[in-house]
Amino acid sequence: MSIDVRHLSFDYGTTPVLKDLNFSLKPGRFHALLGPNGAGKSTLFGLLTRLLAIQRGELLFEGESMARFPARAMRRIGVVFQQNALDLDLTVRQNLLYHAALHGLSRKEARTRGDRELERFGLLERANEPVRLLNGGHRRRVEIARALLHHPSLLLLDEATVGLDVASRKALNEHVRALCREESLTVLWATHLIEEVRRDDQVLILHQGQLLANGTGQAICEETGSRDLSETFHVLTGAG
Amino acid sequence: MKLSQYWHCFLGIQTREWLRFWQQRTRFASALVRPLLWLVVFAAGFRAVLGISIIPPYDTYITYETYIAPGLCGMIILFNSMQGALSMVYDRELGSMRVLLMSPLPRPFLLVTKLLAMGVVSVGQVYVFLLLALLVDVEPPLWGYVAVLPALVLTSLMLGALGLLIATWIKQLENFAGVMNFVIFPMFFMSSALYPLWRMQEASPWLYWVCQFNPFTHAVEAIRFALYLQWNGQAFGITAGVTVVLALLATAGFRPQRTRIPGTRTG
Repeated sequence: MSIDVRHLSFDYGTTPVLKDLNFSLKPGRFHALLGPNGAGKSTLFGLLTRLLAIQRGELLFEGESMARFPARAMRRIGVVFQQNALDLDLTVRQNLLYHAALHGLSRKEARTRGDRELERFGLLERANEPVRLLNGGHRRRVEIARALLHHPSLLLLDEATVGLDVASRKALNEHVRALCREESLTVLWATHLIEEVRRDDQVLILHQGQLLANGTGQAICEETGSRDLSETFHVLTGAG
Repeated sequence: MKLSQYWHCFLGIQTREWLRFWQQRTRFASALVRPLLWLVVFAAGFRAVLGISIIPPYDTYITYETYIAPGLCGMIILFNSMQGALSMVYDRELGSMRVLLMSPLPRPFLLVTKLLAMGVVSVGQVYVFLLLALLVDVEPPLWGYVAVLPALVLTSLMLGALGLLIATWIKQLENFAGVMNFVIFPMFFMSSALYPLWRMQEASPWLYWVCQFNPFTHAVEAIRFALYLQWNGQAFGITAGVTVVLALLATAGFRPQRTRIPGTRTG
């Protein structure tokens, strides 16, 4: 699924948060949106998920304007938010069924798809446990399983590894990369952690609402004359 | 989107509301304790003080318990709706409200479905309360239990929409305590729930007019008349009209233009 962001700007009151962003997401590729806290990543996600209204600019999903065809766009997007968006009192399966219903799937279909996803994430045997009993890493997996239930072609993850230990972070990152490879899923992975980004990823560096770099990690390093992405990030944003 | 997809979505939202309700069973009990205390303790104390003359829809002298029962039905719905609004603010802070808003189905449909889901739970509680009220001789006609259903649903929709509207304006969970003081108590006490309006007019004409303008008064009267198999078109009409206005305002409050995302700037 191709996404084109054209001249996208957004202000909170008189404070500009996103400034004339222009970029494209390539189908079936892993894109890392890298930016320090406050760079505007969550606002960009808010616009991509229609939680915020576009003020200026355009978002095109497969060439179609999101503002004109919001329902079509929303059917194709799966999202994992920065903050937990699971109902802790409900079981894993009940959370999945609820999400599937919101996308108009029948209960039978939802159960089949839900169990398939849970099996893939190694959580099927915990399907009937309340989410509250799961650890942070498992909750994140449930959120990804949920985001994939309606078979989206674009998966958005906003700081999905926040609060997880190093091993869980790595495992989650690997898992999403595998999904991207095996299912030709377009992924936008927002993070402020350089170690989650590889040189062959498509990298977007966002800082103070501006897109400072866009290309493969390798190309960006060469452009800035840096040894690695960490140095590039430091050079461009002044962040460590 | 196909009609069947709307139906699956409708069922999903209803199911979730019941599951959440089941998870919080103590809420059910506490929601009943409050009106039962009013019915059994408060009414017993005030029965002697407040004489009730014969007023429609009653065709004879009634006990104070009988008078306040419809108001207490409204009270259950009022508190439940505000509790629902509280849970929506909580959901928004935790993020689960975003799951709802990200559905490809139209937002007005999603929000009205959620209102209905919350309403169904409230109506169930009202019926349990009415059954318990039989113990203190509050005995409306048998068909009154059926006739009152539309009034209860309408009241729950109106108050649910009010709760939804409040939820759009409250930025933080902590601010919700103010809702108790500025919405629930004035709405309940400045209505015909506890005393007939003619008594209020005798005591304070300006307060009488406040009560007349309070939509909760009309919701309670719609319940009262329906429970005794009488039709109060004015009460029903006003309640329905206010429901539509509040629902439109609440739905507008959940447009993307007004959505707040935790973690982003709001100023």
